[in-house]
Amino acid sequence: MLRYAIKRIGSLAISLIVASLVIFACIEVIPGDPASFMLGINAQPDTVAALREELGLNASLGARYLSWVTGMLSGDFGTSYTYRSPVAEIIGDRLWISLPLALIALGLTVLIAFPVGILAATKRGSWADMSVMGATQLGIAIPNFWFAMLMVLLFAINLRWFSAGGFPGWEHPLAALKALTLPAIALALPQASILARVMRSALLDTLSEDYIRTCRAKGLTQRQALWRHALRNAMIPVLTIIGLQFSFLLAGAIIIENVFYLPGLGRLVFQAISQRDLIMVESVVFLLVFAVIMVNFAVDLAYAWVDPRLRGRS
Amino acid sequence: MRNLTFGLILTTIFAIGALVSFVWTPYDVTVLEIANKLKSPTADHWFGTDHFGRDIFSMIMVGARTSIAVAIVAVVIGMGLGVPLGLAAAARKGSLLDEVIMRGNDLIFAFPSLLIAILITAIFGPSAVNAIIAIGIFNIPVFARLTRGAALSLWTRDYVLAARVAGKGATRISVEHILPNVANLLIVQGTIQFSLGILAEAALSYVGLGAQPPTPSWGRMLADAQTLIALAPHVALFPGFAILLTVLGLNLAGDGLRDVLDPKLRVLR
Amino acid sequence: MTLLSIENLSLSIRGIPILRDVSLSLNHGEILGVIGESGSGKSLTTFSVLQLLPSGTTCQGRINLLGGDVLTKSEQALCAMRGRDVGMVFQEPMTALNPVQTIGAQVAETILIHEPNTSKVDAMKRAAHALTRCELPQYKFPLSRYPHEMSGGQRQRVVIAMAIALQPKLLIADEPTTALDVTTQAEILDLLSRLVREDDMGLMLISHDLAVVSDMAHRIAIMKNGEVVEEGGADLHRTMTHPYTKALFAASSHQPERNATPEDKPLLEINDAIRDYTLPRKSLFGAADTFRAVDNVSFQIKRGESLGLVGESGCGKSTLTRAILGLEPLQGGTILLDGQPVGPAVRRKMQVVFQDPYGSFNPRHKVARLVSEPFHLVGRKATDAEIDEALISVGLTPADKTKYIHEFSGGQRQRIAIARALIIKPELIVLDEAVSALDVSIRAQILDLLADLSDRFGLTYLFISHDLSVVRAITDRCLVMQSGKIVEEGDTERLFTAPTHPYTQTLIAAAPTLPEP
Repeated sequence: MLRYAIKRIGSLAISLIVASLVIFACIEVIPGDPASFMLGINAQPDTVAALREELGLNASLGARYLSWVTGMLSGDFGTSYTYRSPVAEIIGDRLWISLPLALIALGLTVLIAFPVGILAATKRGSWADMSVMGATQLGIAIPNFWFAMLMVLLFAINLRWFSAGGFPGWEHPLAALKALTLPAIALALPQASILARVMRSALLDTLSEDYIRTCRAKGLTQRQALWRHALRNAMIPVLTIIGLQFSFLLAGAIIIENVFYLPGLGRLVFQAISQRDLIMVESVVFLLVFAVIMVNFAVDLAYAWVDPRLRGRS
Repeated sequence: MRNLTFGLILTTIFAIGALVSFVWTPYDVTVLEIANKLKSPTADHWFGTDHFGRDIFSMIMVGARTSIAVAIVAVVIGMGLGVPLGLAAAARKGSLLDEVIMRGNDLIFAFPSLLIAILITAIFGPSAVNAIIAIGIFNIPVFARLTRGAALSLWTRDYVLAARVAGKGATRISVEHILPNVANLLIVQGTIQFSLGILAEAALSYVGLGAQPPTPSWGRMLADAQTLIALAPHVALFPGFAILLTVLGLNLAGDGLRDVLDPKLRVLR
Repeated sequence: MTLLSIENLSLSIRGIPILRDVSLSLNHGEILGVIGESGSGKSLTTFSVLQLLPSGTTCQGRINLLGGDVLTKSEQALCAMRGRDVGMVFQEPMTALNPVQTIGAQVAETILIHEPNTSKVDAMKRAAHALTRCELPQYKFPLSRYPHEMSGGQRQRVVIAMAIALQPKLLIADEPTTALDVTTQAEILDLLSRLVREDDMGLMLISHDLAVVSDMAHRIAIMKNGEVVEEGGADLHRTMTHPYTKALFAASSHQPERNATPEDKPLLEINDAIRDYTLPRKSLFGAADTFRAVDNVSFQIKRGESLGLVGESGCGKSTLTRAILGLEPLQGGTILLDGQPVGPAVRRKMQVVFQDPYGSFNPRHKVARLVSEPFHLVGRKATDAEIDEALISVGLTPADKTKYIHEFSGGQRQRIAIARALIIKPELIVLDEAVSALDVSIRAQILDLLADLSDRFGLTYLFISHDLSVVRAITDRCLVMQSGKIVEEGDTERLFTAPTHPYTQTLIAAAPTLPEP
């Protein structure tokens, strides 16, 4: 187990380093001189020079990368050019909307997909299976932001159960949760459709394995064989998909924030792009990639928990 | 079989709509008629008009071009690079090449196409080409992993050993023996990535990272409709349905194809 | 009282009749061997006793077990019966256990399912007892083991422990040793015999191998195409009357006639061959260990000779085969074919036939292309005449060359594999378990074909197999391999009648033998 974890941590570190290099290269190397890029074509040379000094662009590439990384390690993401305040502070505020939104959506996805997938697999070929699977086809095909707009139309504009957008802040926890409810549902339903289908087919696959037949020969009912043996084995492909889905949920959260006018990372990054605030873009993208890599690391550890073959004999 | 027929019919309708739009649309989508704005569906304007008085039916026909073109090119990029990489990784399993390819894949999986699009847009500014590149890059590891996984099991088959005994090299075996036997899988996965590409293009255009005005695109139309949703819901309904039905059609066609070609195929979702 | 009686059982799957009027019976403490080739319906017969059948199956007739008719039982009653009254052991031990549960939990589950009031601790104690009875003592195989930490034979013992944990009256074993090595097979068969004696259990032993069953069964039933064609006592080989039974016995001990006489010149020379594998590192910084799969192996094959190479799984014979074929590099030693190192120049003098008739051909190519693949070594395309000749020489017709491989049966595919090996007129053919996957009657035909071809074309064979009876039937000389080394070498007849190395002696003693008629 320890060996497996060490190996995973090693590849986690490599992933993070390479990801940071990629982002650094994209933002700071490819566009030429970031300072003149940020200031636009008509900028005065001395303004550009001042900004270069301020951004520390006169240092060598390697030194700049190192100071960027060491800065991030100590929580210093640099200073936003447009906001004139530390990036870390701005992102910190916004993160507390996007991250909870993605996590709530992930929870909802699992909560919806597991029962639905298990039901469909146990009642394979039945009316319930067919209708649930038909519904998931629709769920996969629906664009989440459009689904969000439809929900706004129905629940906010027509029924007035929810407000159409905005965020009251976490000082009002209930109101905050309520503001995140529709966005989380809009994010979760399409992903839950995918996960339910994966759950169903993974279960059906494991149910046809030899060891399920062994269990039946021991006297287990089909149902007992499913709950005690098939489910845990089916978790291996399901976990893979959950890991992938987190990155889609995070990306989706950024898009859905636009529908509900939520002041999260999405709105921040799109503003930053239009204002050419490269440091901001760089930091947000790295933060999101960091989150995705960490979740995949967690999924790797969960594999070992499910599957003793990965643990090895300690 | 029913899935396949229904899926193909849906997909064909939108493909024909996109093709016809090159020569004919009910109304010219470049002409703005503010006086005619936000009309509900009528006999003249089947899907009504938008906030500039443009015919939404015509816009959807033209928008289908963008969606389909972006998604197809993105699949071609993904397949064109991903499949050879997957074949190469499988042919040299466990080698440094395999390791590099697979680690690279893992890395790209950490960048959802939206983040790639954000990076590209930050550098080059927004355009439909961004969407193609972003979605295409994300498709590469999908095809590479799929191909590698399927190819690895084929490499242990005796017919591959027989080909090696006949003196054939890895490249030749990959082309003669591996590729034809993963083709079904690639076709089915291609359909799925096509449908995902349409969804991704819509999302990118919706947040302004994809096709730019005046190029009509379904995602862009929905972004414009958002502020008007209380006033004129039809402006938001029709483009959404267009996306939903195209993606549904492609997914059904993909499932149907899999059932016809080989029900045991393992695709990635 | 009869323990199990199957009366006029007919079974069909989605309307297609599979079993017709099968009648069998079994007493306490008795072993009934059920023999049949693939498609004979022997496995479905046993599965119908447990009613673990594919969906869409309908059964008619009666299956009386301990006084009740299994066919009329509710699913609930069947679940209560399975595992308590009847235990079952399956063919493939590698996949028969849940990979994510400990063996203790899986054996204890049999007890907990049927006696829900048992405490977990008690169930575990009884599981340990069942495992010990199956020769998996606790000090070596604690309950906390996972299946992947055990070998195939050990896993099969766990499956047996699961089946006998509640001391059922009937045990059904469906090809329990087919996937195992010959020495492990002998141990498992002994174990089953002992459990039958100790528990006064009835055992229904299903096999394709007459020798396995003849050694231990009290009564033998022969099945073909869904019917029991003949039933008799342990002396069936003397009392048999049905032509199919006779054919089966004849095919099982078939000895093809061979006339070729080997020349004195060696065709293949292997000198001090060494093949090491690098094992995955145990720790991040430690040096990688190596595993020596082939350890200083030297031997020769004479021109026109048929040489056997026997050994159990993991002994290195597959690695050696692949090294001879030039598919794996050696870390030491040389392999000379016709006096030259194996390379592009001499490679065309050697071809191979693999075990699996289903995996040996690219399903997307037609037979003509499949068969002519070795012409890559010659550097030109095969002519139609050459393809026709190859197909005719293995008993197929030229018309077959436009077909795809799925249109052929297993035996025909193996003929096509031989045609592929023959087409460039090699001198040496490596037969890697080439008849192991075939039914005995088909196997006899293929062995005849091989003998005939070696006479006609003066071929040299290297015959690799785990099946001693096949090697004995077709080879002149034989090598025995164990842990990467050749431990004994000699004329086949001498080696089988008077083995000198202890390992060879064990192997030959463990191999089940057909009774002399």
